[in-house]
Amino acid sequence: MANIMIRRDAKGALSFYLPKRDLEDTIVSIEFDQPDKWGGAIRLNNGGAYYIEPLTSPPSLPISLRAKRLDGAE
Amino acid sequence: MSHLTREESEALIAEVLDVYPDKAKKDRAKHLAVNDQSVEQSKKCITSNRKSLPGVMTIRGCAYAGSRGVVWGPIKDMIHISHGPVGCGQYSRAGRRNYYVGATGVNTFAEMNFTSDFQEKDIVFGGDKKLAKLIEEIEGLFPLHKGISVQSECPIGLIGDDIEAVSKKSAAAIEKPVIPVRCEGFRGVSQSLGHHIANDAIRDWVLDKAEAKAFETTPYDVTIIGDYNIGGDAWSSRILLEEMGLRVIAQWSGDGTLAEMENTPKAKLNLLHCYRSMNYISRHMEEKYGIPWMEYNFFGPTKIEESLRKIAAFFDESIQQKCEQVIARYKAEYEAVIAKYKPRLQGKRVMLYVGGLRPRHVIGAYEDLGMEVVGTGYEFAHNDDYDRTIKEMGNATLLYDDVTGYEFEEFVKKVKPDLIGSGIKEKYIFQKMGIPFRQMHSWDYSGPYHGYDGFAIFARDMDMTLNNPCWNKLVPPWKKPAESSAAAAA
Repeated sequence: MANIMIRRDAKGALSFYLPKRDLEDTIVSIEFDQPDKWGGAIRLNNGGAYYIEPLTSPPSLPISLRAKRLDGAE
Repeated sequence: MSHLTREESEALIAEVLDVYPDKAKKDRAKHLAVNDQSVEQSKKCITSNRKSLPGVMTIRGCAYAGSRGVVWGPIKDMIHISHGPVGCGQYSRAGRRNYYVGATGVNTFAEMNFTSDFQEKDIVFGGDKKLAKLIEEIEGLFPLHKGISVQSECPIGLIGDDIEAVSKKSAAAIEKPVIPVRCEGFRGVSQSLGHHIANDAIRDWVLDKAEAKAFETTPYDVTIIGDYNIGGDAWSSRILLEEMGLRVIAQWSGDGTLAEMENTPKAKLNLLHCYRSMNYISRHMEEKYGIPWMEYNFFGPTKIEESLRKIAAFFDESIQQKCEQVIARYKAEYEAVIAKYKPRLQGKRVMLYVGGLRPRHVIGAYEDLGMEVVGTGYEFAHNDDYDRTIKEMGNATLLYDDVTGYEFEEFVKKVKPDLIGSGIKEKYIFQKMGIPFRQMHSWDYSGPYHGYDGFAIFARDMDMTLNNPCWNKLVPPWKKPAESSAAAAA
């Protein structure tokens, strides 16, 4: 489990940041993006995948969350 | 020499790598690339932020350099103790030319070196007592300081001193903030981690504790973050923002103060110049206080104009209007600069190898003068820096991450640039090779280079270096080919 931060970048896309490794990348897909459920598996532009416990509503960004690494790209 | 094609550049990299042993060759190959603008992901062509290979001559610094030298050092009304042996503090003292206003030694201290000067007995018995005594002495000798930061050098982490406990106790005793920073030099692969640690220390020990402070705000409060006021850079940036009608409430950290840092969470927009060293704190403030941040670039009129408009877009019509007025007002000034220097610099080719933001930020300024950057690289960048660099650089130009002394020399011999911009360690090697060189870390004792005023100085300096008559005097008269001397005699 690692602390991560998700924010919107200048283009409006979701951006993923892992402070521990200074890894910054855009999110290409997120499993749940519905009014009542947000989170799940997220896939990064660099090929990595992480899992965040789904929230009951879309959060106000930026937000710090705990994430589990499903598939590291490095 | 004309431009290298993609194949030639690739061949050059292969040739340079050829001297390494197989293992080192495999590792270094990942850090050298030929730019391809169509690549979206820098990761596919270049690896960065990795440990330097033992045995090669790297040009990087350490975590202590990132924290004490870059982030904390320029905060002028605090005293930054280099906690550990004397050398780290002494040899980095005032070398970065972070200008500030104030009476050094009375109410400002940025140029001074405070160190606990570790001896053998401090390593054996621990240096906590010495640190407590040092803080007590500072309080007696320099009562006008606003706070103290304890910047750890390598031994502190190795012997396990508890600087946090000493800091807490001393802070209570002197009733001023004492901030322990765990920036031991051995942490991380370069100075980049030192920036991160320093940012985290500011977050935990400055911002969190200052939340209750009252501060009168206006809707036009902005901060300049990641501008270290080298040669006065932050000042020449600040006037542009103020002319636009914005109020700059803090400068991080060139010519900055502790009070300014504490006020930063009250700003409406954080303007980030050096992304690599201060994005951490901007992210934190965005999440916690909801302050948006944006990266800007004040090198060269094209980029300044772009950045000013982008900044103005965050505010109302009146600011946007004034922004256009500012751009119009400086137009005659910078057009005169370009008209004067462009004919002298047109078509010249530049190679850069610098630190956090300059390898991509100054490209625009060179292009405004008709010059071209044919190779660039960072000491301590991460993948996202290269993502942005790829778009700024031309196709088939060279990219080199954490370049070694040998590689850089070989690249220069083959590419034959007209000008090199890098640091002091590279300067004399290349000057002796007969290539004009500008030191781009501290602007070669010149500056400022930011803003419209800075651009005029930038253009003058580049012309002064490139067209200096000394460059065709490198061959002594008796070694010149016979016919030219005969022609001279006639």
